[in-house]
Amino acid sequence: MSVAIRIQQVSKRFGTVQALDGVDLDIQQGEFFGLLGPNGAGKTTLISALAGLTRADGGKISVMGHDVQTDYRAARRQLGVVPQELVFDPFFSVRETLKIQSGYFGIDGNDDWIDEILENLDLTSKANANMRTLSGGMKRRVLVAQALVHRPPVIVLDEPTAGVDVELRQTLWRFIRRLNEDGHTIVLTTHYLEEAESLCTRIAMLKAGRIVALDTTASLLRSFSTHTLRLRTNGSLPAALVAGSGQSGGWWSLPFDRFDEVEPLLAKIRAVGCVIDDLEIGKPDLEEVFVRVMQGQGRNP
Amino acid sequence: MKPSGFSTLLYKEVLRFWKVGFQTVAAPVLTALLYLLIFSHVLEAHVQVHGVPYTAFLIPGLVMMSVLQNAFANTSSSLIQSKVTGNIVFVLLPPISYHEFYLAYVLAAVVRGLVVGSGVLLVTCWFAPLQFAEPQWIIVFAVMGGAILGSLGVIAGIWADKFDQLAAFQNFLIMPLTFLSGVFYSIASLPVFWQQVSHWNPVFYMIDGFRHGFFGVSDASPWTSLAVVSVCLVILASFTLNLLKRGYKLRA
Repeated sequence: MSVAIRIQQVSKRFGTVQALDGVDLDIQQGEFFGLLGPNGAGKTTLISALAGLTRADGGKISVMGHDVQTDYRAARRQLGVVPQELVFDPFFSVRETLKIQSGYFGIDGNDDWIDEILENLDLTSKANANMRTLSGGMKRRVLVAQALVHRPPVIVLDEPTAGVDVELRQTLWRFIRRLNEDGHTIVLTTHYLEEAESLCTRIAMLKAGRIVALDTTASLLRSFSTHTLRLRTNGSLPAALVAGSGQSGGWWSLPFDRFDEVEPLLAKIRAVGCVIDDLEIGKPDLEEVFVRVMQGQGRNP
Repeated sequence: MKPSGFSTLLYKEVLRFWKVGFQTVAAPVLTALLYLLIFSHVLEAHVQVHGVPYTAFLIPGLVMMSVLQNAFANTSSSLIQSKVTGNIVFVLLPPISYHEFYLAYVLAAVVRGLVVGSGVLLVTCWFAPLQFAEPQWIIVFAVMGGAILGSLGVIAGIWADKFDQLAAFQNFLIMPLTFLSGVFYSIASLPVFWQQVSHWNPVFYMIDGFRHGFFGVSDASPWTSLAVVSVCLVILASFTLNLLKRGYKLRA
């Protein structure tokens, strides 16, 4: 597999704030990659540097082998970016917006592809509507469409589902998944960790401009999160179990790594005459991984 | 013909002002017409300049002033709006070079200046007999003047972070330069001191050279005006291109 995005020792400072601090990252072609981090971690700055919207103080970035500074024309042709802010040009209709965006990339006669994008994003009925008249969700769809008009092999989505309804999310992810299956590289930043968990095959976590975790999603879940046996009982757990458990709202939480650990746990509870009223098994989730990594329990990539 | 980033951006910028033509074309034409009606009513019987009746003298000045002010307004308003609303990213993300960016914005400004100027000429030419003694100067100074003010508009649009900063640029620089450039009078009628001050105003040479194209007479030689205007254009274009190359306030 060859590299779609290569980020080498990239740094960026805004005044006293070190937004990016020597970031190194390779994203392979065809990956569905997640870039996570709290607000101010440097995700948008990194994407801006990748897209040429901001200039890094140091380091190099290339897209499909093209340096974003010295070979910016080729690099930008390979890249489609959905910006985080809900921006639009109020002078134009949806179709005009997409035709103009195609023209910026030197593409003429792009109507078939524009129609296909509009259809896939449920925008066909709004094709001739002025951008001002669209709802926030519709404007977000047009932003996605604009990023795709030149069929870029690498697509970056900077919090594309922030504040949008379920329908748009489902429409968007269905389309983006299809593009990924067709070979497009997808880079996603989001605060919805369940989205990242279900979509991304590999994830990097940024904190204060540095990558503090980088691995496949499955591996991160294995490394930083555990299954949890959650149960409600008519009495206290055996003292040996209480030490490693948590309690909240009448529920005990007992972490375990392998399913064959469950039966011995239940046996110990039964042995002290404790009756289980309710029981459920919690799966490892990215939110727990995220919290633990951000609390400094992460490992360097 | 296959579009390019440049041609599309030029098309977009022209389409942008054309879509709100009532505001961007009709309104300045009406303003210029009102100037003509008021000033010619008051001064026509009292003033002749270079042997030309005042109304006829005033018309080219108003045309050129409209060209200049609207060229500035086009680039500056487009850029500040795009920056404030954030849609400037649509132009920054594609593979458009800073040369193409500059040329597209400035040429669109020239187009708007020429459209408004033509409109002003069309509605005012009925009020006085106009000559077109040396029309090549009319075209040269209209295009170069539009390009200079278009470049200034790019600088102002990039520099300003808020609309009131842009308004300050317009009200405290562009308006005085255009109003005190001989639009409404010949600088020969001014006291010597103010004549000399006027010679430091580059807009004077744009208006004077443009007017020379109509009447064949002017306060300064059209060649002198051409030299001043050319130097101004080269300096401003170089400065603006340098700002764009560095990504000043656009690619932070």
